[in-house]
Amino acid sequence: MMTGLYIVIGKGNLVKKIVGLNIFQTSVFMFYISMGKVSGGTAPIFPLDGKYDPEIAYSNPLPHVLILTAIVVGIATTSLGLALIIRIREEYHSIEEEEITVIEDTVFRSEHLLVASQGESL
Amino acid sequence: MATQTVHHTAMTLSDHLPILQILIPFISAPLIVFIGRRSLAWPIAFIASAASFVIACLLLSKVIGGGIISYQIGGWAPPLGIEYRVDAANAFVLFLVTGIATLVLPYARQSVKAEMPQRTQTLFYALFLLCMTGLLGVTITADAFNVFVFLEISSLSTYVLIAQGSYRDKRALTASFNYLIMGTIGATFFVIGLGFLYMATGTLNMADLADRLSGQYESRTVRAGFAFILVGMGLKVAIFPLHFWLPNAYTYAPSAVTTFLAATATKVAIYVLLRFIFSVFQPAFLAETSTLEIIFYPLALLAMFAASFTAIFQRDLKRMLAYSSIAQIGYMLLGIALFSETGLMATIIHLFNHGITKAALFMGVGAYVLRSRSSFYIQIQGLGKTMPWTSAAVIIGGLSLIGVPGTAGFLSKWLLVQAALEQGYWPIAMLIVASSLLAVVYVWRLVETLYLSTPHSEQTIQEAPLSMLLPLWIMALACIYFGFETDITLGAAKAAAQALLAGSSGMLH
Repeated sequence: MMTGLYIVIGKGNLVKKIVGLNIFQTSVFMFYISMGKVSGGTAPIFPLDGKYDPEIAYSNPLPHVLILTAIVVGIATTSLGLALIIRIREEYHSIEEEEITVIEDTVFRSEHLLVASQGESL
Repeated sequence: MATQTVHHTAMTLSDHLPILQILIPFISAPLIVFIGRRSLAWPIAFIASAASFVIACLLLSKVIGGGIISYQIGGWAPPLGIEYRVDAANAFVLFLVTGIATLVLPYARQSVKAEMPQRTQTLFYALFLLCMTGLLGVTITADAFNVFVFLEISSLSTYVLIAQGSYRDKRALTASFNYLIMGTIGATFFVIGLGFLYMATGTLNMADLADRLSGQYESRTVRAGFAFILVGMGLKVAIFPLHFWLPNAYTYAPSAVTTFLAATATKVAIYVLLRFIFSVFQPAFLAETSTLEIIFYPLALLAMFAASFTAIFQRDLKRMLAYSSIAQIGYMLLGIALFSETGLMATIIHLFNHGITKAALFMGVGAYVLRSRSSFYIQIQGLGKTMPWTSAAVIIGGLSLIGVPGTAGFLSKWLLVQAALEQGYWPIAMLIVASSLLAVVYVWRLVETLYLSTPHSEQTIQEAPLSMLLPLWIMALACIYFGFETDITLGAAKAAAQALLAGSSGMLH
């Protein structure tokens, strides 16, 4: 869990950030699935003939179901993140956070210079 | 026989209102994509949101007296099945979200045409409806995991909507990416918190959770779960140190999107925070952990001052309003921290009032962007003369933001000061007034720019089109109307605050 979160925060490469986010989310999925495990429990499949043995312990299937939903959400997030990176690369010609920040700073400064010069010309 | 059948269908239809609230926008969104005609996209979106608004009004009228509607999806009884539960608190939020959406859509038509290429406009309306579905779902559901699912529906569509601003400014892309990273971390934290709660209780239904948690406040698992949920939701709310995604996202998103998000998204997140703090965890838990004293008070006060100061020194009107939003969130947190009926009423009313106020202001900004191509102060100088109607409405919004008597903003700040005094915290009451003075400074700067400085260019700037002016003025008049006519807001807020403070006894029948 912490590895993924560290990668998201520590790495400057946008793709690596998405990878980190994925690791972070996957670890949460595993956390949920480990929660559903009942010690000595078997797969929660109801016998078709309806004759189940009350002695058998079954694992809890609910966390698995929840995580199926969360996996779908994770895929959507990843694909959207990657799509955004493609657009960012088209506009900035870079996917390194530091380089993008430099470009944004220059845009920001030129904007303000423009604003200031217009202010003086009044 | 025949009359009996008719009677029966009518009954079921009104019984199914909670699910229709979600389904109408949810089905309309893919419908827009499948039809794929640009001319039909807007009408479908508008009809869907207007229908949702009517449903929200019906729901609010049913529960404003303190009743609760419980809807079991697919007939599966809670706590096993997913339950939708409407009470005064969330009916009020539903009313706000659908109302804002219904007004933003007519406004969006012109604004979207100007700020986005034609090919993406159809998809824009589909995404707008999806975002609205997500927000409504988060509000209406009584199942904790369902909150996460709807939260992600609204968040994912929000990221795309913000990125649509890239046709005007490429920084929208990075703003959207940063929000995606932060938002996903927040949502994942929320899921981790839910996992801890599920571990401790084995249930996900909110009322059931509250019931089973009540004996386990000492448990470290439960406390860790609470902390994760608080931080995760805090990111969505943009509580002060977790607000870094907000200014860029609001500044570079298309104007219509900013209007909708500023008025609804953070408000819904605040509602979820309220729901978890007071309904899932009981007021008794809060008293035990002193979360309010250690976390909410300092952060709320910091937000009120730091964000207001930052707002004063902005050169871009849109960014100034974004920072002011962060400051206003501080007021709402303060209301929660005061931990009394009046305090919670102040939070709920401020949530609504700030929603309509910010909607009016951002609509005004959108009109300026349409006519003068920018929202920098220098570009909108002197527009008070060339765009008198827009500017007048913006000023009304600004006055409501300060909390001038006679506007909606006054009511909520008055309640907040009252709540602070009730507890004898007069320094906090003073701080509320002092930070309102900061709001006077930044709103005055706006007045000065609009009315007292000469226009920087000779080009003639026209008044905004009627389709934008009308929603803008409805919002501005609502700011005044809800400043005088307080029965609806006070009534709903009072019922909601009482239900929240009653804890689980308010959740169960």
